[in-house]
Amino acid sequence: MDKIKLTIDGVAAEVDAGSTVLEAARSVGIRIPSLCYLKGVNEIGACRMCVVDVGGRALQAACVLPVTPNMVVKTNTADIRSARKANLELLLSTHDKKCLSCARSQNCELQQLCRELGVEDGDRFAGDRIEYEVDDLSASIVRDNNKCIVCRRCVATCGKVQNVSVIGPVGRGFKTKIASPWGKSLSETACINCGQCIIACPVGALREKDETDKVWEYLADPQKHVVVQPAPAVRVAIGEEFGMPMGSRVTGKLAAALRRIGFDRVFDTDFAADLTIMEEATEFLHRVNSGGVLPMITSCSPGWVKYMETFYPEFIPNVSTCKSPHMMAGAMIKSYYAKKAGIDPKDIAVVSVMPCTAKKFEAKRSEMNATGYPDVDAVITTRELARMLKEAGVEFEKLPDEDFDPLMGESTGAGAIFGATGGVMEAALRTAYEKITGKTLEQVEFQSVRGLVGIKEATIHIGELDVNVAVAHSTGMASKLLDMVKSGEKQLHFIEIMGCPGGCVNGGGQPIVSSWVRSQVNPAQVRAKGLYDEDEAKTFRKSHENPEIIQIYEEFLGEPDGHLSHELLHTHYHARDRY
Amino acid sequence: MTDAKKVDKYQELQGAIKRHHGERGALMPVLQEAQSIFGYVPQDVQIQIAEGLNVPLTEVYGVATFYSQFALEPRGEHVIGVCLGTACYVKGSQKVMDRIAQELNVEVGHTTPDGKFTLNATRCLGACGLAPVIMIDEEVYGRLKPDEVPGILAKYQA
Repeated sequence: MDKIKLTIDGVAAEVDAGSTVLEAARSVGIRIPSLCYLKGVNEIGACRMCVVDVGGRALQAACVLPVTPNMVVKTNTADIRSARKANLELLLSTHDKKCLSCARSQNCELQQLCRELGVEDGDRFAGDRIEYEVDDLSASIVRDNNKCIVCRRCVATCGKVQNVSVIGPVGRGFKTKIASPWGKSLSETACINCGQCIIACPVGALREKDETDKVWEYLADPQKHVVVQPAPAVRVAIGEEFGMPMGSRVTGKLAAALRRIGFDRVFDTDFAADLTIMEEATEFLHRVNSGGVLPMITSCSPGWVKYMETFYPEFIPNVSTCKSPHMMAGAMIKSYYAKKAGIDPKDIAVVSVMPCTAKKFEAKRSEMNATGYPDVDAVITTRELARMLKEAGVEFEKLPDEDFDPLMGESTGAGAIFGATGGVMEAALRTAYEKITGKTLEQVEFQSVRGLVGIKEATIHIGELDVNVAVAHSTGMASKLLDMVKSGEKQLHFIEIMGCPGGCVNGGGQPIVSSWVRSQVNPAQVRAKGLYDEDEAKTFRKSHENPEIIQIYEEFLGEPDGHLSHELLHTHYHARDRY
Repeated sequence: MTDAKKVDKYQELQGAIKRHHGERGALMPVLQEAQSIFGYVPQDVQIQIAEGLNVPLTEVYGVATFYSQFALEPRGEHVIGVCLGTACYVKGSQKVMDRIAQELNVEVGHTTPDGKFTLNATRCLGACGLAPVIMIDEEVYGRLKPDEVPGILAKYQA
């Protein structure tokens, strides 16, 4: 590619043609401030924080200004500093400035810029301010436009990344707000609850629906036997909330932390991921052997499931009837565990710690009560658990490593990799291979389904069978793949779809990574490495080798995909209205 | 509206969608045609446009609320435009506006429940010499005082 030379604040830079001034500056260590810029997703020059002087009449927005040969850029003159400050103060004039009670305090890009640029109270342009009603009707996402800076990062993520488009700018000028048509609550729209808008938001205008109070109440109630289970992706992310490097693997500390704040049993969703593989791999084999509907598509991601029900209901027969792992765990806790422990399921509260906001919605689906009680009583995100631990004064970094509790605490490497895109496919293939061929699978790693390419495809030879598989992550990519399946362009047998880009490691409930850090590293990649390390370190790497899984089928469930499994571990779907 | 008339209008809308389908920036002309066919762009019309042009409803609604030429509710039998241009504003057109809103019990940008009047704020009407100015349909009223409002409205209320 052609290179272009330019000078930025006296520093010589050489970048690819087509780069923006913002990117060029960052390549030579000059961090031009930005708010609306989200690399590759939202590059629209809206917030005017990144203005620079290139010798023209007016200052230019660096995020949308392409470099030209011999350009001379100034990023730090008195005029520029003054313009940026004025822009910040204008944003603050319509902002509620309630930082103390804000979920994003100390992790807010607006707050950080105010600190860096020396803007203190933002009262210079005090004037009209519109009071917005907070939309907290969704099971998963709260929208508070009193904090919104109308940067459109959420809009671009919802539209361009997820192909959902339930929010957009409404109105004009001072009254512009980000909302759904006809002022509908997110709960009344086709929102899939993925929460990608939350992790795209630079401020506190979007956050998860907080359920920590409910969990504290369970923990304080002597009548309640409170059982917790954290998802695979939580263990490679929660350390970040306590200042540990991105992707730190903290499985043992996580188990210890959950015990410290008073959970009666600390089980592991990784165990349930193994259980899911037993069911799902068996379901796949049954479909192949009995001429069932193919391609079969995975069902672990509730964001994807609602997306499918809303935008691609014709694929309902293709989607595996397996509940997602934490819902399976909930159903097993209130049946199998309750029986073994001699506890009435009505006295059990199951709490899931998830990287996901859509799991909150999923747990409230009316189908999810296999035992007559809700499979899962409360879902908190990785961020909510971190807040609880901080509130309880748990010094996470200093905790010893502990194990999960027996019965539903043992897991294999196959369960661990569920949290990364391609992981469910890989885990299923490990088990399907051995079930079909009866031989030992020596090479357990399926590199072709790993990594961050939007749609991954492979043909896997299993005995006499050539299995065509595909993996898509983000519902935007899922829609591309499904369109190709619909048109007949792709002939596939098995598809994994995760609603979030990169899979659960980059879920909407995960620790928030600033746009600045995201422009340099992809959290999905770093955290996924933690999961693949976890897989490698495990004694067992195939779900069907998990001793507790073998036990649960011998003692309780009988056969995978059998009668009792269908009662407890499988579900059904229904088409939903788009508007 | 009779059912037959209603069907005609929706057929006309589908025609407009077909004519502009695949064009870059098709949304604006289709919305304009919809506005002139129906007199406003209600929800079901916007949904048909979104599906017909394969753009998100959010985008259709965003454009429809950005430009003041699009109305989200039916316009009244008579449309009142109160000039809030600089000259009229200085001469007290806001007070005239407030009085009309009070007399008709309607908010700016909306239509009275009986469908009689729509009250809008407008930019300069080019009659600054007559400030403050309002227009009702094609009729101009100048040098208005708030107390003259009830009398003028009465002419249209018959």
